[in-house]
Amino acid sequence: MKAPEFVTLDGNEAVARIAYKLNEVIAIYPITPSSPMGEWADAWASAGERNLWDTVPAVVEMQSEGGAAGAVHGALQTGSLTTTFTASQGLLLMIPNMFKIAGELTPTVFHIAARSLAAQGLSIFGDHSDVMLARGTGWAMLSSNSVQEAQDLALIAHAATLKTRLPFLHFFDGFRTSHEVAKIALLDDETIRAMIDDELIFAHRQRALSPDAPTIRGTAQNPDVYFQARETVNPFYADCPAIVQAAMDQFAALTGRQYHLYEYHGAADAERVIIIMGSGAEATHEVVDYLLAQGDKVGVLKVRLYRPLDAARLLQALPASTRRIAVLDRTKEPGASGEPLYTDVLSALYEHMTAGHFATLPVVVGGRYGLSSKEFTAAMVKAIFDNLAQPQPKNHFTVGITDDVSQTSLDYDPDFSTESPQVVRALFYGLGSDGTVGANKNSIKIIGENTPNYAQGYFVYDSKKSGSMTISHLRFGPQPIRSTYLLTQADFVACHQPIFLEKYDMLEKARPGAVFLLNSAISPENVWDTLPQSVQERLLAKKLRFYTIDAYKVAREAGMGPHINTVMQVCFFAISGVLPRDEAIAAIKDTIIKTYGKKGEVIVRMNLDAVDSTLAHLYEVSLPAAVSSALPMSPAVAVTAPVFVRDVLGVMLAQKGDIIPVSALPKDGVYPSGTAQYEKRNLAQEIPVWDPDVCIQCGKCAMVCPHAVIRIKAYDQGLLADAPASFKSTPARDKEWGGLAYTIQVAPEDCTGCAICVDVCPARNKSALGLKAINMADQPPLRAAERDNWDFFLNLPDIDRRNIKVNSIRQQQVQRPLFEFSGACSGCGETPYVKLVSQLFGDRAVIANATGCSSIYGGNLPTTPWSHNDSGRGPAWANSLFEDNAEFGLGMRVSLDKKIDYAVELVKTLSADLGGELVEALLKADQHDEAGIYDQRERVALLKDKLRSLTGAAARQLETVADLLVKKNVWIIGGDGWAYDIGYGGLDHVLASGRNLNILVLDTEVYSNTGGQASKATPRGAVAKFAAGGKPTAKKDLGMMAMTYGTVYVASVAMGAKDEQTLRALLEAEAYPGPSLIIAYSHCIAHGIDMTKGLQSQKALVDSGEWLLYRYNPLLAAEGKNPLQLDSKPPKLPVTRFMELENRFKMLQRSNPDVARQLAEAAQNDIHQRYAQYEYLAARSFAPATDDSKH
Amino acid sequence: MVDLSTVYLGLTLKNPLVVSASPLSEDISSLRRMEDAGAGAIVLYSLFEEQLRREQIDLHHHTTYGTNSFAEALTYFPEPEEYKVGPDGYLEHIRKAKAAVDIPVIASINGSTPGGWTNFALAMQAAGADALELNVYNIPTDLDMSGEMVEQNLIEIVRAVRNTVSIPIAVKLSPFYSNMANLAKKLAGAGANGLVLFNRFYQPDIDLEALEVRPHVLLSTPAAMRLPLRWIAILHGRVPVDLAGTSGIHKAEDVIKMLMVGANVTMMAATLMRNGIDYLRTVEAEVRFWLQDHEYDSVRQMIGSLSQKNSGNPAAFERANYIRSISTIPDEYARSYRL
Repeated sequence: MKAPEFVTLDGNEAVARIAYKLNEVIAIYPITPSSPMGEWADAWASAGERNLWDTVPAVVEMQSEGGAAGAVHGALQTGSLTTTFTASQGLLLMIPNMFKIAGELTPTVFHIAARSLAAQGLSIFGDHSDVMLARGTGWAMLSSNSVQEAQDLALIAHAATLKTRLPFLHFFDGFRTSHEVAKIALLDDETIRAMIDDELIFAHRQRALSPDAPTIRGTAQNPDVYFQARETVNPFYADCPAIVQAAMDQFAALTGRQYHLYEYHGAADAERVIIIMGSGAEATHEVVDYLLAQGDKVGVLKVRLYRPLDAARLLQALPASTRRIAVLDRTKEPGASGEPLYTDVLSALYEHMTAGHFATLPVVVGGRYGLSSKEFTAAMVKAIFDNLAQPQPKNHFTVGITDDVSQTSLDYDPDFSTESPQVVRALFYGLGSDGTVGANKNSIKIIGENTPNYAQGYFVYDSKKSGSMTISHLRFGPQPIRSTYLLTQADFVACHQPIFLEKYDMLEKARPGAVFLLNSAISPENVWDTLPQSVQERLLAKKLRFYTIDAYKVAREAGMGPHINTVMQVCFFAISGVLPRDEAIAAIKDTIIKTYGKKGEVIVRMNLDAVDSTLAHLYEVSLPAAVSSALPMSPAVAVTAPVFVRDVLGVMLAQKGDIIPVSALPKDGVYPSGTAQYEKRNLAQEIPVWDPDVCIQCGKCAMVCPHAVIRIKAYDQGLLADAPASFKSTPARDKEWGGLAYTIQVAPEDCTGCAICVDVCPARNKSALGLKAINMADQPPLRAAERDNWDFFLNLPDIDRRNIKVNSIRQQQVQRPLFEFSGACSGCGETPYVKLVSQLFGDRAVIANATGCSSIYGGNLPTTPWSHNDSGRGPAWANSLFEDNAEFGLGMRVSLDKKIDYAVELVKTLSADLGGELVEALLKADQHDEAGIYDQRERVALLKDKLRSLTGAAARQLETVADLLVKKNVWIIGGDGWAYDIGYGGLDHVLASGRNLNILVLDTEVYSNTGGQASKATPRGAVAKFAAGGKPTAKKDLGMMAMTYGTVYVASVAMGAKDEQTLRALLEAEAYPGPSLIIAYSHCIAHGIDMTKGLQSQKALVDSGEWLLYRYNPLLAAEGKNPLQLDSKPPKLPVTRFMELENRFKMLQRSNPDVARQLAEAAQNDIHQRYAQYEYLAARSFAPATDDSKH
Repeated sequence: MVDLSTVYLGLTLKNPLVVSASPLSEDISSLRRMEDAGAGAIVLYSLFEEQLRREQIDLHHHTTYGTNSFAEALTYFPEPEEYKVGPDGYLEHIRKAKAAVDIPVIASINGSTPGGWTNFALAMQAAGADALELNVYNIPTDLDMSGEMVEQNLIEIVRAVRNTVSIPIAVKLSPFYSNMANLAKKLAGAGANGLVLFNRFYQPDIDLEALEVRPHVLLSTPAAMRLPLRWIAILHGRVPVDLAGTSGIHKAEDVIKMLMVGANVTMMAATLMRNGIDYLRTVEAEVRFWLQDHEYDSVRQMIGSLSQKNSGNPAAFERANYIRSISTIPDEYARSYRL
């Protein structure tokens, strides 16, 4: 047995590497947290990496997980070694095929980064809710507890599936294992080879469908034989455990790492035992070791083979002395007699009661822990053992939360710690964009690969996409690290962004005597005085060593802009002494060359320069004897916020959501709207400043603002009497607003500083043409005054919506956005469309939102951007799933229509009581514009008044549906991944339904939310994940497909190219009394563009003809006109010029110039052909069919 | 048969028609067409170090922007095994050009750092370039930088490159130096084998609709030729370097004039971009015809025959020339001048 190579990598990469080596076909589809496995496979295949049999696996992206499972099934049936990767809802979509694959005794392994399921809310984080739903499929289920195990058991699963002929679900904890970076012993090809028996592969191929030896599969079976046939497989399940154990034993002989199906660790005479699966087993193992040293009789049983469950082996693995057992499940099955592993253990004990292993039957309790990556710490494990020691241990308990509703939770001592003093623990608070996480991943590699230490890194990210905080948790130590939980105490705390000091108690976890490193532009002599009072108190009370560096300065001087990663990394090594300083610096430099070398010498040089100049700027600050600051911490939300926002959402914002008790949270997942306004993020270093003297009042800046922080009001001049001194106002230019004052106001604390407003502003300062009517300026000096101005502005009245000309941008933009301050990326290309919908129709809209970016920035807690107006009306928003959004929206429409019909029926029924005039007005109301809607609302108010005085069931019924008599829109919103791929079948059905609903496709041409995987909307020649070699095929023409119905309003828009066309399309879509489809081009961070110039990218896109602007209105056809209006001019920019503006295309030129050239030529052809086709369709004469023409 | 051959930078060319650095040389098939059309040598388009730096920074920015911030999207792009960044693409182009044509291939370089000049020069030599053209293409705008410092920087660059490579070096200059003759002498001393006169800067223009300053490419016109014509005449035979005339050379007559004042070669690009690469055939044929018609045996016989040194009227290239030019101004304009 040769010494293994140790490397540091995360669980996803470790598993993907094995799966790639052992398969011929890999079907992929993105879903967090498993997406990186598919990305690795695609990247390796694109680079020509070969598998164990020296051939490059075929990697195919499918349109959904259901599709991936189908493709896997087909590939297996035709004899290929095939795999896929998924999680959560994705696994659920695979289940139908999984029954088939198991029923047909087909060897395969699916690798699952186990994740929560969407219930009262979606969660991307880890638990076993998904895999537990696959229990009935007939698949073997193998659980890994760590990154090392995930790699090892991936191989064991592949070996065992071939031998058992049972398909294997290999799972490990999403994020905790899939994303943990750890030092592991890498499996070499020789070992992998030794584990796989080629004869079994030949047998698999021999069973394949072949016309040379034809067979029939998938028959329909009848009551006479189905049952018996279902029982034929039993021997395979009976044999499986022994085969898996044999594979584990063979693996141990090859590597020295011995695994068992049910692995006991603890006292041989243990009385209290925890039975557990997944990463939590490692934390439990750590606590068991600690308690053993205290003399406690405890142990842990780690379940690896969960299906088929070998109950006898499981029980045999427990010491006969066991008296109390806690079985832990990382899932919840409401209404069940207990969670799955618990009930399995109970039935195993009962069934084997007579086997005599235990003198007396142990007491068994079940508990839930760790849902959605909830922390599962040593303290919680200790609480479980303590519970077992109680005379009446609590059953069906929870741990890790405070359940003050059903009283299920166990109390625990948060200060209990089992971490070894030999382990160095470091905590880094960084900003998403500053490179902190990347640097820490490199630090782990440096330590893991340059010292005998084991290393672990785990990273916590923000729920917002822009300006997010990252927290890196790093551990290094001489023994394998089993602490599968966040740091509870740190030897080293680094704050990479001084603004965080005001917001978070980041020294809470610093242990006494630890190091605190602060990046600050303030000199070491003065930095102390800038710290909040509580930070000074912590520093003194814990006797921390305090260091400071102006990392921004060092990075800037080295040419690295805001990337302070390398600078802070050098500081960490220099202060912590994990490695001798010179060695550390040499290793950092070596890593820089490895990491950045392929991107060119310039990037390497910058980083090396930063390394060389860091230490001269690093200072230790002597702590004074006493606290001198009176600076308070900033409250997470204003004290004036509503109670729920302050006491619940505010606690989440302060990073203390774990302490919120069950009783404080909504039972049904229903949250108030309009909460983002209470979170003041102060992200922007610069904000736009309005120059009223230059402004032409066109409204474009407000229209394009992705975060709704630029607002416009026209109002009575007299209201300015109480305005703050710096409040700006100018006479309104619009003739219809003669005499009114006009203000464009920026929300200084909500702006993300994207500057897209400045880019779009068409007005120039005639004396300094570099300035516009809106210009960026430093935020801090403006913050206080502009905050007052913003508050004053909000209190100015909105213009009556009846008096706004909605087809004129300059007027329409005074409509209040009912979607504001979202957590979307700074400069997002989607949100301006969403916001525009909210302005135009938000007070009467019900929204079905597909899972994706728009559901995340639209619905991710703590605060959410969908809001309401002063009358309390606003968009009612809901997210169901990714794949079903069109159907979800259709259901809403059908339901609303039904209720409208019912309301109409009731009005008619009660017409005698209500009065004929009101009834007629209600039923014949013209609600095509704001005035009509206003009048109808007045009528409904009158109706309700009258109903109050009426008795009888019909009146009571009508009261509950009367509001439906006012126009209600259904908006179905989602991205291209939904509309073009996973939800296309449903979308198509909804388009065909003829129902009056509006579909907005935010087309970023990739799966943006999961990190930019290719969809069928991805254009030819673009590099995307899952299309690492450049997308070889053209973009699907969704609009053309929808137009073939002839009854669907279709528009293709790009706000940056022609904003008026966008506005017109939205108005026409809403007015069209049938299905409307608006495909809105949305620039995206995943395009690799300058996000301050996203609108210019859109313009270039349209100028090149890559994107066409058009509107197809079936109402025109009814008038005998051509329904298609082409709003684009002929392509005038060569597509290569457009491609030069975006990294997604340029990357291919850098990685494979020949292919890039070929695909660009093909893309140019696509453009010419498509334009010619649309031009023809838009120009042809069009007349309704006459009786004559029908013959 | 007239001998059109000439020697430039120690390289014997079949004729003095050299295609100057332009986008025309980005395509290997165009290089073949240039050779077929009769080009004596080709200067490849310039490698701009500043552009490479910009591209690397852009690539780095766009592949890292927004990464490691949001749990579902820790990156936005796949990571290729390698990128073709730095001068690799250009060096590969030199290799392909050398394989494609038999005429000399001169690589052109515009550095922005001392290391950039020398590293790229060495790599270009290794890639097979027959000579280097140092394209000094910047506008000094620092108020504290004297003209002497500007010239000294240039000389240092030439010296550094000379000390790095063994192949011939030409320096392409702008006309904006206070005493071109003195500078030429110093550059020769620093190791330049040839001077290319003159570089044309892309001048900014104002877009009156957008109210913006925009770079605007104007192809050279025949009028542009007068400036290099004078300076080649002045320098020929007085500094130990070969001379290349460039800017405004559009037809055979222009070529002949340049040769007469002392250019070893003439360089063309704008006219080929307007008229097509095959226009070289026309120019070559007309030069040949002119020489035959005027009973010249060879181009070499002609080179420098009307230089300042050999013209018999050295003052014609100096102030006297100014006076004579003015006298050709039409009367109606001349009245407004104070002569």
